[in-house]
Amino acid sequence: MADLATALRSAPPSAWFGISVSALYVFVALGAPVVAPFGETQVVGPAFAPWGGASPLGTDNLGRDMATRLIYGARNTVGIAVVTTVLAFLIGGGIGLISGTVRGWVDQVLGRIVDVMMAIPSLIFSLLLLAIFGTSVVSMITIIALIEATRIFRLARALALGIAVLDYVEAAKLRGEGLIWLITREILPNATAPLIAEFGLRFCFVFLFISALSFLGLGIQPPTADWGSMVRDNAALISYGDITPLLPAGAIALLTVAVNFVVDWLLHRSSGLKD
Amino acid sequence: MSPLASMIVKRIGLGFVTLAVVSAVVFFAVYLLPGDLAEEILGQAATPETVANIRRELGLDRPPIERYVDWITGLLSGDFGRSLANGRPIAELAGMRLVNTLYLAGFAAAVSIPLSLTLGIVAALYREKLIDRSINVAALTAISLPEFFIAYILIFALTVKAGWLPSLATVSADTPLGERMFRSILPVLTLTLAVAAHVMRLTRAAIVNLLASPYIEMARLKGLKPWRVILRHALPNALAPIINVVVLNLAYLIVGVVVVEVVFAYPGLGQLMVDSVGKRDVPVVQATCLFFASTYIMLNLVADVATIAADPRLLHRR
Repeated sequence: MADLATALRSAPPSAWFGISVSALYVFVALGAPVVAPFGETQVVGPAFAPWGGASPLGTDNLGRDMATRLIYGARNTVGIAVVTTVLAFLIGGGIGLISGTVRGWVDQVLGRIVDVMMAIPSLIFSLLLLAIFGTSVVSMITIIALIEATRIFRLARALALGIAVLDYVEAAKLRGEGLIWLITREILPNATAPLIAEFGLRFCFVFLFISALSFLGLGIQPPTADWGSMVRDNAALISYGDITPLLPAGAIALLTVAVNFVVDWLLHRSSGLKD
Repeated sequence: MSPLASMIVKRIGLGFVTLAVVSAVVFFAVYLLPGDLAEEILGQAATPETVANIRRELGLDRPPIERYVDWITGLLSGDFGRSLANGRPIAELAGMRLVNTLYLAGFAAAVSIPLSLTLGIVAALYREKLIDRSINVAALTAISLPEFFIAYILIFALTVKAGWLPSLATVSADTPLGERMFRSILPVLTLTLAVAAHVMRLTRAAIVNLLASPYIEMARLKGLKPWRVILRHALPNALAPIINVVVLNLAYLIVGVVVVEVVFAYPGLGQLMVDSVGKRDVPVVQATCLFFASTYIMLNLVADVATIAADPRLLHRR
């Protein structure tokens, strides 16, 4: 804990900016029902009402309060992105660590499967699978988690390969420890730093990926408030010189930039480059 | 055969194997569905007759391997099957759109690659100076923004406020070339912003890496001008990573067009694919998916071969 405090004190301004913005998003996401003036799907006035009055940011294409939708969007869009990233890490990280530790034919087979999946661009692959399984939040989460898991598999496997040949892992093996012990007690603790930085990067990818799919109308479905589909639904306003549709897009961009700053700082620290 | 030629032949062979496997994945993915695509598409409206109809139309009543062979031979002879939604041949639906997509990606590449290479070289030349820092900040920001955000900001600034450009890139087969270019300026600008940042950062990194080597030091000590040191001495050796990243970005452009086409209502393959996913028109999605995937694989192959051709030391790696 003390380590964390010192680390935070020496963090550069960009990292502080990133941490504060991310914390703000988490706070808004968790407190959405308290912070938001209206209900998520409540219709409060005419469609496309201008800014001001009861709705500070106007209303959307169905007359729902824009500010409320933005706040709930933090909960839905960010929440779903976090769930997807965690799922991708459990699948990709788990299989990658096992594959790198046991090696042999298991590793060969998994490696070839991942090669094939990575040969197809991820957006295109996800569109194919969405067409087959139908567009729903559950299928989107599963599909994106599986596709991103291939990227995490590569990293986790490489890390495990490097660590599994070290003396203390050999010692544990000779002691007769099982595969689960080897992975959770010997290999994982020494792979956490790069995996955490990767988590941040993957989160950004997943978040942009989900936003893009929702923007295309194939991701998070109405009436759930979500930033990608909010841009799509209200895009018509742009032609009238109204910047409201840019707000959810800006919210996506701001969080991505913030997380990137934090990841940069983490990578900088773990690579041992102390200014 | 020279080592380079045999390497190229090997890579091309590997590329064909990858293509074959990927086409099988695209085709057999339909069988991942528990139950049957016909029932899934019809949902509540499924009656035994309608299900049987769709099954026959999709060919689901025949053995999978036989269907796959039919599909592939059809593809090779230009028959891409029929759309489920309107029964029209996919070749007819996709033909003009394919040209449009290639045109858009090509136009974007022609603008973004020279621009980003120049910016990367300038940033390396004036590294750690104000101009380098500003290029870097702009690049980092551009990387973090979703494409549709960039697109709408451009529409807002250049169409709504300034009134210079049309916000929709609606073109048809008989649109004259000048008009077509004018209408696709905004999509091209969006793609350029999304792609240029990567190429520029990697160009800069590749050159800066080399600037510490002794032969660059030597060139500088001889009293050569900084731009000559970079263009004549550093650039040729940085060519391999730069070519690699340029081709990979072409691959990215081909995929990146999907979102941009939807924003600007540009009649390309990406838009067709997104529409068909919404309608669950699986045959169209499979055909477009295979097109994007094979373009991507071929560009990756070109990147591999070009990198090694530009830097023969890579032949003897390991």
